[in-house]
Amino acid sequence: MTREDVIHVATLARLSLDDEELDRFTVQLAAVLEHADDVASLDTEGVPPTSHPFPLVNVLRDDEVRPSLDRDEVLAAAPAVEDRRFKVPPVLGEAP
Amino acid sequence: MTTTGSDAVTIAADVRAGRRRALDVLEEHLAAIDAREVDIHAFNLVLADEARAAAAAVDRQVAEGRDPGPLAGVPIALKDNLCTRGIPTTCSSRILEGWRPPYDGTVVARVAAAGAVSVGKTNLDEFAMGSSTENSAFGPTHNPHDLTRVPGGSSGGSAAAVAAGFAPISLGSDTGGSIRQPAALCGVVGIKPTYGLVSRYGLVAFASSLDQIGPFATTVADAALLLEVIAGHDPMDSTSIDRPAPSLVASIGEGVEGLRVGVLTELVDAEGVAPDVRRRVTAAAEALAAAGAKVDDASVPAAGLGLSAYYLIAPAEASSNLARYDGVRYGLRVDAANTADMNAASRTAGFGPEVKRRIMLGTYALSAGYYDAYYGKAQQVRTLIIRDFAAAYERFDLLLGPTAPTTAFRLGDKTADPLAMYLNDVCTIPSNLAGDPALSVPFGSGDDGLPVGVQLLGPALSESTLLRAAAVLEAAVEEER
Repeated sequence: MTREDVIHVATLARLSLDDEELDRFTVQLAAVLEHADDVASLDTEGVPPTSHPFPLVNVLRDDEVRPSLDRDEVLAAAPAVEDRRFKVPPVLGEAP
Repeated sequence: MTTTGSDAVTIAADVRAGRRRALDVLEEHLAAIDAREVDIHAFNLVLADEARAAAAAVDRQVAEGRDPGPLAGVPIALKDNLCTRGIPTTCSSRILEGWRPPYDGTVVARVAAAGAVSVGKTNLDEFAMGSSTENSAFGPTHNPHDLTRVPGGSSGGSAAAVAAGFAPISLGSDTGGSIRQPAALCGVVGIKPTYGLVSRYGLVAFASSLDQIGPFATTVADAALLLEVIAGHDPMDSTSIDRPAPSLVASIGEGVEGLRVGVLTELVDAEGVAPDVRRRVTAAAEALAAAGAKVDDASVPAAGLGLSAYYLIAPAEASSNLARYDGVRYGLRVDAANTADMNAASRTAGFGPEVKRRIMLGTYALSAGYYDAYYGKAQQVRTLIIRDFAAAYERFDLLLGPTAPTTAFRLGDKTADPLAMYLNDVCTIPSNLAGDPALSVPFGSGDDGLPVGVQLLGPALSESTLLRAAAVLEAAVEEER
């Protein structure tokens, strides 16, 4: 794992890392991935993957109206609210 | 550290019978918190007023001739990643500081309905990522047995609270050993139930296919009682097993006569397992044999790959789960000129170093070009581990090994080297990957006089068998003294 990889992954993960963090993470993440080489280099041809230990499929419930979270209570926890909606800065471009 | 009559079974029986008041029981525990919490820091928040109101309500029920339930008046500590309505739930992270959930987690509601009295929210490694509770944004928890040592993690606060006598029982969560390892290091009982036995609704998600809530207690019977209360189907968690909750307490004294116990070679010989810990596992095997179990060596070859698979799968799931902390709906927001910059500024300021490290690792393992080599491979290895456990359980009813490689280590000893910290989980991770239950029960001490826990592992829904064996070990270590 290179420093460039770390910069790229940080962008994907919406994290801003400073130079010191980039250096440290490059070394530390490389060490973990090196340890994981026993898995990465294993021949697993034909082995199906497991995403959940208990394969429960089609867990359904009756389509009944029931109470959900209180809207005002939920909005009270939001950093910014307008007209009973979550408020965010401009999505495209800079603020006017 | 327990005194007679301080266990949950006794407290609940006394309160239900009107022999003791819940309020008096609570005040004893609040006094213990007053005396030692300043040194231990088990809690992010102590709920003295709310607890007094809840205890008074329990006493009123008894006075009116109503039964408050199986945990009547029993103080309980809750890991601070369990949602409590109107009460701050931080996950020991700056990004959730001050957040008050609009609902109770299912386990929180169930213990309250059973008469338990919540005394506070316990410290953890941020978002349950760690093995020492040193990754908390609010400072580490100290081990009640030796304040210079860690309590383990990530549920270090819940383990320390029980070990210090702040509450006879507590709840934690276990993704790769976060209940069992701190239980071992603090000298208490800790159970990771079968995946799906306990509802995860209201548990802040870390790695959803591995996370499971479970109990801490000073005795095996108390742990069984608490697990009985929280187990069972919940329509709010689609991964919850749709079967009646098992009866656990009634069969706890049935012993291990004729049970086939395998000493799990891959755990005993795992990287870093200390000789004094290994000796305690051998002693536990002898104790089970003396009680009538048939003991032999067992092997689960793929378990040796568990650590590597886990540190790809868990960070991958975490990177996805923690994408929700974006400064929009709750938690910390750091303002910026546009939403993308606001997201990044909030996450950068709100997450600590270990959480960032895991998000980075997981994002990498899922990224284009590396998915097949890392995440895909790890999921296939998970299948191999499940198959090897299944083969072992054809020959054995349960397996035995160490819980943690060593006794409690010193604060600061492993913080500079993430991989060294991760190796603490080497013995506990395989059960999470397999979805199977496992518990840690105290079994004497190491060369340094600190507690050692031994681990019992079994196939899905074998909690009752595990608890029977744990009760045998509990009695055996009592006899050793």
